[in-house]
Amino acid sequence: MQVPASAAKGAKDEIAYIRAIIRKHKRWDLIFAGIGLLALLIGVVMLAGLFIDLVASGWSRLTPDFFTSFSSRRASGAGIAAAMVGTLLVILVTVMAAVPLGVGAGIYLEEYAPKNWLTSLIEINISNLAGVPSVVYGLLGLGLFVYALGLDHSVVSAGLTLALLILPIVIVATREAIRTIPGHIREGAYALGATKWQVVAHHIIPYSSAGILTGIIIGVARAIGETAPLITIGAAVAIFTLPSTPFSSEFPFLSFEWLKEPFTVMPIQMFQWTSRPDRAFQINAAAAGVVLIVMTLALNGLAIYLRYRLRKNIKW
Amino acid sequence: MTDLTMENIKAESKNLDFYYGSFHALKSISLPIADKKVTALIGPSGCGKSTFLRCFNRMHDLYPGNRYEGSITLKPDNVNILAREVDPIEVRMRISMVFQKPNPFPKSIYENVAYGLRVRGTKNRALLDEKVEEALTGAALWNEVKDRLNDMAFNLSGGQQQRLCIARALATNPEILLFDEPTSALDPIATASIEELIAQIKNRVTILIVTHNMQQAARVSDYTAYMYLGELIEFDVTDNIFIKPKKKQTEDYITGRFG
Repeated sequence: MQVPASAAKGAKDEIAYIRAIIRKHKRWDLIFAGIGLLALLIGVVMLAGLFIDLVASGWSRLTPDFFTSFSSRRASGAGIAAAMVGTLLVILVTVMAAVPLGVGAGIYLEEYAPKNWLTSLIEINISNLAGVPSVVYGLLGLGLFVYALGLDHSVVSAGLTLALLILPIVIVATREAIRTIPGHIREGAYALGATKWQVVAHHIIPYSSAGILTGIIIGVARAIGETAPLITIGAAVAIFTLPSTPFSSEFPFLSFEWLKEPFTVMPIQMFQWTSRPDRAFQINAAAAGVVLIVMTLALNGLAIYLRYRLRKNIKW
Repeated sequence: MTDLTMENIKAESKNLDFYYGSFHALKSISLPIADKKVTALIGPSGCGKSTFLRCFNRMHDLYPGNRYEGSITLKPDNVNILAREVDPIEVRMRISMVFQKPNPFPKSIYENVAYGLRVRGTKNRALLDEKVEEALTGAALWNEVKDRLNDMAFNLSGGQQQRLCIARALATNPEILLFDEPTSALDPIATASIEELIAQIKNRVTILIVTHNMQQAARVSDYTAYMYLGELIEFDVTDNIFIKPKKKQTEDYITGRFG
């Protein structure tokens, strides 16, 4: 078919116009990609720089002795044995308290609680609790655990205070994990005559465990780095022995004496060292910082791995 | 309503009204369900056919603000399954359901089929094995999956997943099996296999099926009910509904002039 010359020319102009517009719009793609990359680099480079600086200053102190030594007046003789064990024990108490409470509360709110103004109020409060400054939790812990319950400036007081601090994180993570389970899976179970508890035990908990676990580990990673609430509670200035072991030679072979002992943790140890005038202690603090960051990264790595493992078998 | 005579009635809804909060979704539905036959519910979207189906296993009890009035009487014990004092869990153990979208649990094929028995507390492995095989055979799936019962159910194709859900529902020998548009998410070949399966199991279990597809209703059912805006417009033997409907409204829907 013969196309009139003028029409062909019109079509050509139209195409040229469209191309010009596309070129113009694509310029914004480029500009935004540049801004985004810059923003990303600023964040990553700063963090990497901080970490490298920490490693460079602390490297000389990262010897086996550093991990097995206790507090000392000489910087070269001081180590993080008490702080590391203290962190592990405090976090153990935190997890033992926060996981059952947080997961239980999350499941109750999602699956059992009636939807009314009271539960809405509780929900809003839980979200707000996550934003309360940690030092406030320290005051609460001091008043409640240390004095009211008479638990003293101990491992158990510290652990329970940090448990309160991460409770909102665990509750919110639990609820979000449960909400990702589709309604038709839940209905499928109910349709076979399952009770609420059977649905929770056979379906809700297994299918949400990856998300819940991630929430727990994120909470723990936060708790590991907390300083302010534990100073408020009253961490020991210097500890020269390890706490008693949780195992005993007599029946029932478990000992809970360590719960009542004084504590210190990694960030507090760092804080104490940085406040010393002697430059050698600053190097100790940097070395402890490296250990703390590695502990946190390891936890996050574990979270990613567990999430991958648990999600592999969940699909709908 | 027609004065058709039914030999055996398995369940009967009488003046059933249903409310989603203040929305009056079902209006005085009275309908007998014939024993060991297929009854199809048809009608345009939003007519209440799925809402009606979900009354039979008290699915609406899972959500707040829903209310039933009237009765659905289950034979032979003449219990009104909508009564407040009747536990919905008991109703769901007697009346099973297959959903619109295949919804296997993210568990093994075996555990999916065994789930209804596990809920009832069956722990005997030999008995579970026997029931799982029986149900999978009944759902025409046994030959395809017998060598991989421990595989995850979501690795099956859509049609196989739906047959698995039918096996899961059959494993506990329910008195009535509810189908809520069971083939709407499936391709034509899988749809044909599900329809064939319904024809095979209907002499063992009473079936109530909601379908969007009129040809499907004509192919698989013995009785058909046409619903519109929450009301039952016409109920009759399927052939009568499709060949000589008594109501103009039904005829308009069947012939595609409406809906």
